[in-house]
Amino acid sequence: MTGQAYAGRPNQLLRNLHSKIASIPMILTAVVIFLGGTLWTVFYSFTNSKLLPRLSFVGLDQYERLWAAPRWLMSIQNLAIYGFFSLIFSLVIGFVLAALMDQKIRFENTFRTIFLYPFALSFIVTGLVWQWVLNPEFGVQSVVRSLGWTSFTFDPLYNQSIVIYGILIAALWQGTGLVMCLMLAGLRGIDEDIWKASRVDGIPMWKTYLFIIIPMMRAVFITTLVIIASGIVRVYDLVVAQTSGGPGIASEVPAKYVYDYMFQAQNLGQGFAASTMMLITVAIIIVPWAYLEFGGRKRG
Amino acid sequence: MDDTVSLKGRAAHSASRLAPGPKGKKPRPMFSPRNIMIYGALIFAAAYYLLPLYVMVVTSLKGMPEIRLGNIFSPPLEITFEPWVKAWSSACTGLNCDGLSRGFWNSVRITIPSTVVSIAIASINGYALANWRFKGADLFFTILIVGAFIPYQVMIYPIVIVLREIGLYGSLTGLIIVHTIFGMPILTLLFRNYFSSLPEELFKAARIDGAGFWTIYFKIMLPMSLPIFVVAMILQITGIWNDFLFGVVFTRPEYYPMTVQLNNIVNSVQGVKEYNVNMAATILTGAVPLIVYFVSGRLFVRGIAAGAVKG
Repeated sequence: MTGQAYAGRPNQLLRNLHSKIASIPMILTAVVIFLGGTLWTVFYSFTNSKLLPRLSFVGLDQYERLWAAPRWLMSIQNLAIYGFFSLIFSLVIGFVLAALMDQKIRFENTFRTIFLYPFALSFIVTGLVWQWVLNPEFGVQSVVRSLGWTSFTFDPLYNQSIVIYGILIAALWQGTGLVMCLMLAGLRGIDEDIWKASRVDGIPMWKTYLFIIIPMMRAVFITTLVIIASGIVRVYDLVVAQTSGGPGIASEVPAKYVYDYMFQAQNLGQGFAASTMMLITVAIIIVPWAYLEFGGRKRG
Repeated sequence: MDDTVSLKGRAAHSASRLAPGPKGKKPRPMFSPRNIMIYGALIFAAAYYLLPLYVMVVTSLKGMPEIRLGNIFSPPLEITFEPWVKAWSSACTGLNCDGLSRGFWNSVRITIPSTVVSIAIASINGYALANWRFKGADLFFTILIVGAFIPYQVMIYPIVIVLREIGLYGSLTGLIIVHTIFGMPILTLLFRNYFSSLPEELFKAARIDGAGFWTIYFKIMLPMSLPIFVVAMILQITGIWNDFLFGVVFTRPEYYPMTVQLNNIVNSVQGVKEYNVNMAATILTGAVPLIVYFVSGRLFVRGIAAGAVKG
C-alpha cells in the first residue's frame, strides 16, 4: 500500500515489521478476545459447566432449560416490549426534535445542550434519578394527588405489569438526545434546493418531510436504527439501578440474566447459553444491515 | 448579473438578493402561530429533559423531614448541604462507611490510565492501518469493528479466565486492560479515518527523508492530530467513568468505581432511605461526565457522531 511493492526482501513476515509489532494489541483483541472469546462462549454453552467451565457436553440441554425458565421468558418478553417501543419512540421523538431544531430557530445551541446532556450521564445515574421521580410516595404520583386528583395512580416501578414502561421512560430520557443529534446531522446534509423545489410546488411542509426528506435520509435512519437496536440488547445497568429486575422478576432483561447466572448463581452453562442467545439476537439485527450496507459493493 | 443590479443602488441590490427564497433574512414576526408552536414544543421537550436534573438538585438540598412532607418539585425551604457532605464522606455501603469519596478516587485511578492507554494503543493501531497497511490488516480491523456489536456478556467470561491466568483478575490493571480492549474498535476507527484524511504527500515526504514508523508517528502525525485526540479523550473519559458492568465484574469491592458504589449506596436494603443523600451522591457521580460535556460542547457532539457512524 505504501509503495513497498518493489521491496525485494525474501521474508514476507519482516516486511512492514514495525507496523505489525504496533498492531499486536489490535490483532490480539480481534482474534483472541472478540473472535476467540465469542467462539469459546458459544462452545461452552453446550456443556453443563457450573461453578467452573468444564468440558462435559450435554447437547442442547442448557438451551432447553433456558427456554423453559420463566425468568428467561420474562426477560425476552421485556426485551421485545422495551425494544419495540424504544425504537419507535426514539426515532419519532428524535426526528421531531431534529425537525423542530432545523427551522432556523434561535437558541439552537441551548436547546441542543439541554436535549443531549442526559446522554453524558451513566445509566446508573439515569436509573436512580427516575427511580426517585417515579417514586409513588413522593414523586409524580403524590404530586398529582396533592393537587386534588386523589385517585391518580402512576407507579410504574411498583406495578409488575407496567414496570418495563417505567424503564422505557428513563431510557428515552437518556438516549433521544443522541438520536436527535444524528437526525439533525442528516437533515443538515439535505440539499437546500430540495426545500426550495417543494416550496415552489406548494407542497405542505409535513408532506415534504414525510415523502421526500425521510426517504432521502434512509441511510441515517438505518444507522440510527442499528445503534439503538444494539444498545437495546445490551440494556443492563439501567435495570439494575432502577428496579434490580423487580418487582419480582417483572423487569428482568437478558443481559441481567447472563450476569446473574455467570457470577451469582454459579451456573455458567446457563449464562453461556443465554449470552449466546443475545449474540444471535444481535446477529439478526446486524447481518441484514451489514449485507445491505456492504454487500452490494465489493470492499477493497 | 449582480453588476447591473448594483448600479441601481444598494437598496435594490439587497432586494434582489432577498427575492429567491427564504435563505436571506426575511423579517418574520416573533409571535407568529408557527413560531409559537415550534418554540412551545421545544420548551416543553426541554422541560422534560431538565426536570430530573432539577429534581435531583432540589432534593439533595432539602432535609429529610421536608422531603417527607413536601413534593419533589418544590424548591427547598431551608437549604442544607449536609446531604452532600454525608454522601461524600460517610454514606454506607455494607460495612464501609467512608462515603462516595472512595469510589470517586477509584474511578479517577481507573479512568485516567484507561483513557491514556486505550488512546495510545488505538491511535497507533489507527496509524498503522491508515499508513502502513500490511497483509491481513483489513481482516483484523473488520473483526474488530464487527466485534464492537457483540454484546459484552458474550466475551466477559473468557476475559475473566485470561485475566485470572495472568494474575490480574480483580486488580485495577486488569480493569484498565478491559477498558482498553473494549474501547479499541471505536477509537481505532476514529484514528484510522482521521489519519487517512491527512494528505498522503506529507507521509511520503517524511518517508523519503528517511523517517521510520515511530518517527513519523511522533514527529508528524501526533502534533497534527490534537483535535482528534481531544475527541477521543472526551469519548473515553465519559464512557469509562459511566461504566458499571466492567467495574462490577473485573474488580474487587475495594476497587469498585463510583457508579458501582453509588448503586450500592442507593439500592442498599438496610437502614432508612435517605433520599437527599442518595440524590447528592447521584449528582456527584454524574458531575464528572457532565462537566466534560458542558466544557467540551461541540467536540462532544463530534465525538458521539464519530462513535455513532460505524463501519
